[in-house]
Amino acid sequence: MNRPAQKAFIVFLVVPSFLILAAVVFYPFVYNVVISLSNMNLRHIKDWSLVGLQQYYKVFFEPTQPNFYLVFLKTIIWTVVNVFFHVTLGVALALLLNQRDIKGRPLFRTLLILPWAIPQYIVALTWRGMFNYEYGSINLIITKYLNLPAVEWLKSPAEAFLACILTNVWLGFPFMMVIALGALQSIPHEFYEAANIDGASWWHKLRHITIPLLRPVMVPAITLGTVWTFNSLNIVWLVSNAGEPSDQTHILVSFVYKAAFNLYRYGYAAALSMVIFAILLVFSLYFMKKTRATEAAY
Amino acid sequence: MNATARKPYRVINTKSFLRRFFTYAVLILFAAIAVYPILQVVTVSLRPQDKLLSTSLQIIPENATLVNYVSLFRDRPFLLWLGNSTLVSLVVTMTGVLLAAMTGYAFSRFRFIGKKIGLLSLLTTQMFPATMLLLPLYIMLIKLGLINSYLGVIIIYTATALPFTIWTMKGYYDTIPYSLEEAARIDGCNQFEAFYKVVLPLAAPALVITALFSFMTAWSEYLVAAQILQDTHLWTLPLGLKSFESNMSTEWGLYGASSLIVTVPVVILFQALSRYLVSGLTLGSVKG
Repeated sequence: MNRPAQKAFIVFLVVPSFLILAAVVFYPFVYNVVISLSNMNLRHIKDWSLVGLQQYYKVFFEPTQPNFYLVFLKTIIWTVVNVFFHVTLGVALALLLNQRDIKGRPLFRTLLILPWAIPQYIVALTWRGMFNYEYGSINLIITKYLNLPAVEWLKSPAEAFLACILTNVWLGFPFMMVIALGALQSIPHEFYEAANIDGASWWHKLRHITIPLLRPVMVPAITLGTVWTFNSLNIVWLVSNAGEPSDQTHILVSFVYKAAFNLYRYGYAAALSMVIFAILLVFSLYFMKKTRATEAAY
Repeated sequence: MNATARKPYRVINTKSFLRRFFTYAVLILFAAIAVYPILQVVTVSLRPQDKLLSTSLQIIPENATLVNYVSLFRDRPFLLWLGNSTLVSLVVTMTGVLLAAMTGYAFSRFRFIGKKIGLLSLLTTQMFPATMLLLPLYIMLIKLGLINSYLGVIIIYTATALPFTIWTMKGYYDTIPYSLEEAARIDGCNQFEAFYKVVLPLAAPALVITALFSFMTAWSEYLVAAQILQDTHLWTLPLGLKSFESNMSTEWGLYGASSLIVTVPVVILFQALSRYLVSGLTLGSVKG
């Protein structure tokens, strides 16, 4: 095909998607930058004006309740703990599922994918019910079978935060498991046979065949998982019922959601959104560069 | 000779037994953990109205009843929500698959100006916190008169799923050898025919994933729907379900019953497609 025809073909393939993305993602992004430089809030919805970097100053130095740096720290804990368990559980279960002499593998896979298949808001409300002090099954199990005192899951900050994390770990491991399973199945069996002939131990095979070949698939998955977890609003918002007790379970996204839609501090929320985006952008660029994960993708 | 050969043989056997035992134990434990919360929803949905708060751990409660399921269809507009959600989700799925299949192909096969920036900007969108787009979008939709219309919701859902699905498609196309298209071209196909007659059928696993992701995005989205679909006639399932939960008292029975009905089709989809899930999610990282 000649060049102009190919150009037309490319335009035909790419332009519709990017028109929609421009309308729903890129234009609002620019709009958000403008709002972040303004004093827009409930009192100034129509008559807002540009105030420069004031809102950004507020993000870092205004004594909010809770404090920005504390929420940031919690977000890091939230992300690291979640992603760590998603990846370790996911990869471990995938390794177990990938053994050929295990019976009922399709059944196990079916059951283990379930947490991923359920809509997040249902997951959140169900777990919130399970964490109920009096009637929740978690406390019932703790008191009846383990003979331990019941835990005030949703009333105290540390426990409520732990409740959110437990819910999110449950919800997130199947994605990593499926990714790892796909990667494991693409590893040629001959590699292991060769290793067996050389008398390699289980650990050596894991260390020198499985992990290196999982890596190129898991690194992008981990990057994406980290970004998604950092930004996951549903679970924290719904399990802790908008940050209860007294706004002490927030991570950055739920904190900014509250600022925007409950407190109507639009300018401030827009600036904080930009800060979150910048944090994630810097992290991703650094992480991808460090692990050289996208090299193959171009 | 015999004696030296037998001993290690038995050692491997015991080891293999232990390994299998350990594997089953862990798999059963985690399968139970994965299933338990869902059984909880089943229990709640089967409880009679006066026994909603119970300290029993039985899965099938005493006096189990289907009254909540009946009441859902008889007393509540559940069927309407179901229809609305199905409509929105199907349209989003179809547009999503079409667009991702096309754009992913361009990113996989051609060199063009702005390709790298395009791909990177798709990744970048994953880093936007939800609030960053929600507020500007809301203001935009008011100005365009798209509040209380499905068009706004459908466009937003499609765009939400697109970055990930385009990357998935691109990654999968990358694993399909280009020589297949060249052969098709020699046989007289034009570029477009080579794409949809030769490459597209081979990309079925990735197409399935794309469809599943687009469907899930639309089927279970709450925050955007809550801002845009304010007319109760237009409510989708998440809005309906959330309405069972109020500050004074949550209607747990109805909530449980509807949650199950909402979840079942998705679970069936996931199970039917799980084979493709494992093979199709290359995350744009594997180069064939």
